[in-house]
Parts: sequence; structure tokens; C-alpha cells
Amino acid sequence: MDKLIEQFSLGLFFWQLILFVALVLLLKKFAWKPILNAVNDREEGILKALESAENARKEMQNLTADNERILKEARIERDVMLKEAREMKESIISEAKGEAHAQATKVIEQAKSTIESEKHAAIAEIKNQVAELSLEIAEKVMRSELSDKNKQIKLVEDMLKEVKL
Amino acid sequence: MYKINLLKTLTFLFFAITISVGATNNTDQTSSAEQESPTYNLKTEIKEYINHHLLDSYDFTLFSYTNDAGEHKYIGFPLPVILIDNGLKVFSSAKFHHGEAVAEVGGQFYALYHNKIYKTDALGTIEYDEAHHATNEKPLDFSITKNVVFIILVGLFMLLIFSRMANSYKNNPMPKGIGRIFEPLILFIRNDIAIPNIGEKHYRKYMSYLLTVFFFIWIINLLGLTPLGVNVTNNIAVTLALALVTYFITTFSGNKNYWKHIFWMPGVPWPMKIILAPIELLGTVIKPFSLMIRLYANITAGHIVLMSIIGLMFIFKNWIGSPLSFGLAFALSLLELLVAALQAYIFTMLSALYFGSAVEEHADHH
Repeated sequence: MDKLIEQFSLGLFFWQLILFVALVLLLKKFAWKPILNAVNDREEGILKALESAENARKEMQNLTADNERILKEARIERDVMLKEAREMKESIISEAKGEAHAQATKVIEQAKSTIESEKHAAIAEIKNQVAELSLEIAEKVMRSELSDKNKQIKLVEDMLKEVKL
Repeated sequence: MYKINLLKTLTFLFFAITISVGATNNTDQTSSAEQESPTYNLKTEIKEYINHHLLDSYDFTLFSYTNDAGEHKYIGFPLPVILIDNGLKVFSSAKFHHGEAVAEVGGQFYALYHNKIYKTDALGTIEYDEAHHATNEKPLDFSITKNVVFIILVGLFMLLIFSRMANSYKNNPMPKGIGRIFEPLILFIRNDIAIPNIGEKHYRKYMSYLLTVFFFIWIINLLGLTPLGVNVTNNIAVTLALALVTYFITTFSGNKNYWKHIFWMPGVPWPMKIILAPIELLGTVIKPFSLMIRLYANITAGHIVLMSIIGLMFIFKNWIGSPLSFGLAFALSLLELLVAALQAYIFTMLSALYFGSAVEEHADHH
């Protein structure tokens, strides 16, 4: 300890103190401030970059989700539309069928009625013709019958028999 | 491009020299040991050499030898001596002839004794007391000694390196060249020393000091391991200056909470408060004092042990001694490399801890 105090050099202490404080101040201005600022800026930049990358990833995720949702909606809409179309088709077909059926029935009805009327007409004509024919036949028969006197009498008699009083 | 290459080469040399400390110190001493006269006490010489090595000096001497004519020759150059003694006196340390001559400046005579400048008469008489201490008057001495030169050199080196590093950030976000080595260290000091100890809120204003003190101690410790023979941090004056800066920063940034914990410790009964106040007050001084002693003692001890082991080589003088002490010195040099960084780390760490206690806001402990 004695030696230590004896060896203590005030000059060295003085120079060390002055030079060291000057060194701290100079380095602070020319080195530490710019270096620490640059490092801080870089670290903040990295943090920001990471953050924005994360944001971009999230946005991307959102976008994909959106896309998927839209796709899904579109698919549902398509299905609905297809279903509607099918229904419409079916209804059109069935409507058409009904109408056709009705039309056909009508036509058939008309045909039937025409046929009926034609039939009636034909029958009437046939009846007329039959009446004429029978009259002719009857005339002819009469003529041939009435040519014989016996026969005329007989006929009169038959007829008289038929007449009931 | 040339500049960068030069820088790289210099850095490489710097580290290469650091590693080869054991070997080079050897050759220094071999030259002086080979020429020793047989009657000279080798042990005393080694002891003196170590003591001399640990001291500051007024000239820069790489090594010395004794030539055939018996003269001591020194390889190196003198440094300016600045004294305040009836006015400012500036002269070259060459006037002392390495302590062999009395320097006469402006009618005053000065002599070197044990690497200290004393006022003396024309013959260089030094008077001693019973404990063999010189009693001559000492002038106020602000000389640019070897250590001051190295403090300046390290300061310039740091300014150069770190301002270059700062410039390399201007154009791109990543450091270039030497900055790639230092950036992790700077981040380490920020993330693992400053922020945990001082806190996210206050750490910024202490970063300049912490970074400077860390790199200063580290680089100057490493220089101490080079064969340049410089030891700055084993001067108590240097470590005192560093510790004093820490003390002043701590004291001046102390907030209300800090002072309250010193003078009126909350949460203890009042008689204890009275007892604790002087203890706590003493503690504020002891903390930086321990910083001073720790750095000084570690580096000094390292140098003494390293040089003693190298000195063993000349004492053993047989085939087993030299390789053994070389191996030991090599291993110890590696250990000293670690200690150089470790002491810088500890100094920075504890400074940060003290700053942290000064700015701490919540008294949630106790």
C-alpha cells in the first residue's frame, strides 16, 4: 500500500482523466451515436418488415378465405339456378303435356261427336233408303199379290183378322 | 480498398503479436542475459527487470543491452517531460540519459530515481529517510510518459476504427470490414450489460461511456501483452481515473430513490436507518474503489507472474527449465488474453450495475 501511494503518478492520472473523457465525448459524437442509431434503425426496420410480412400473410389469408367464400357462394347460386331450371323444365313439360292432353281430348271429343252425327245421318239415310226400298218392295209385292183375286181376298181377310175390335 | 487492406493487415499483426508475447519476451531477455557478467546476481536482475517493467517510464525503450565496451545501449526514443515548478518546464527525457544523468533546465536540476523525477542539485544528490525513501522535493509532473503515449495511441486507434465503422453504416444497413467484428461486441454490451442492468428507459445515455470504457480497457490490456512492454492498466493512477469517472457518473445521475436508499433506508426501523446511512455512504465510494483495485491488481498480478515464469528460464539454465517455463508462459499468456477481456467486461458490467442502481425507480426490493 505504501509503495502504491509512492508510485502514484499525478501526471498520469491527469492525462488519463483528460484523455479518457475526451475520448468518450469524441467517440460519442463520431462513433457510438451513429453506430447505435444505425443499429437501432436497422432493428426497427427488421421489426417493421416482419410485421408487414405478417400483415401481408394475414391479408393473403383473408383474400384466400374471401375467394373461397365467393367460390362457395357462386357454387350455391349455380346449384340453385340449376335446380330452378330443372323445375322450370319439368313444369313446362308437364304443362305442355296437360295442354296436349286437353287438346287431344278435345279433338277426340270433336271427332267422336262428328262421328256420332255422321253415324246418325248415315243411319237416317239408311232408314230412308230402307223405307224407300221397302216401299218399292212392298209395291212390287203388292202388284204381284194383287194380280190374283184370291190372294187379294185372303189379304183382306188377314188384315181384317188382325184388326181387333 | 488499399486502406481497408492496410487496416486488415494491421489488425492481423496486432493479434499475431499478442499471441506471440511469450516467445518475443524471451528473446528480449536472452540478449541481456547472455551478456551478464558471472558475478552479477541474476535473481536480483530479474526482479529489478520485472519491477522496472511494471513502472511507467519517461522514454520509450523497446529493449536495452550492454555492448562490448560495457555501455548500456537503449533502443527506443525519448518522450517530452512537462514539469510545473516555478513555471512550465518542457524538455526531452533524453536529458536524463535513462536515469544516468542529471537534467538541468532553467537553472533547476532534476534527477530520475526509481522512475520518479526529483529536484536535486548539480551532482544529483538524493537524500533518503530511514525507510530508504527519497525525501527530495518532487515537482508537479505532467510528462507525456510512455503510458500517456499509449493512452493517446489507443484513443486514436479507437477513433479511427469506430468512426470508420460508423461511416460504413451510412450507405448500407450492415457493417463492413472491421465493423463485423465489433458490432456483435457493441450489441453484447447494449443487450447483455446495459439494458439488463440499467433498464430499457435510461440505458441510452450511458452507452457511450460503457462502450468506450470496455474497448479502452480491452485494447489497452491486449497491448500490455505485446512485447512493446507497455502496461497502462497496472497503474493505479489510470484505474483510479476510470473508477472516478464511474463514481461521478453514478453520483450525478443518482435520483431521489437512490439517495433515499443511502440516507434513509426505507423498510427498516429508525435506529437501523441511522446506522445504515454512513455504511451506505461509504459503500458508494467503496464500489468504485473496488473497481480500481480489481483492474489494477489483476493486470499487475498477471504481468508479475508471466514475467517471473519467463525469468525462471534464466535461473534454471538446464534442458528442462526452458521448455517448461516456455510452455507455462505460453499457457499463461493465453490466460492473460482471457483476463484482458474479462477485466474489461467486469469493469463495464459493474459500472452498468452502479448506474442502474442510481437510476432505479421502484423500491420494490427490501
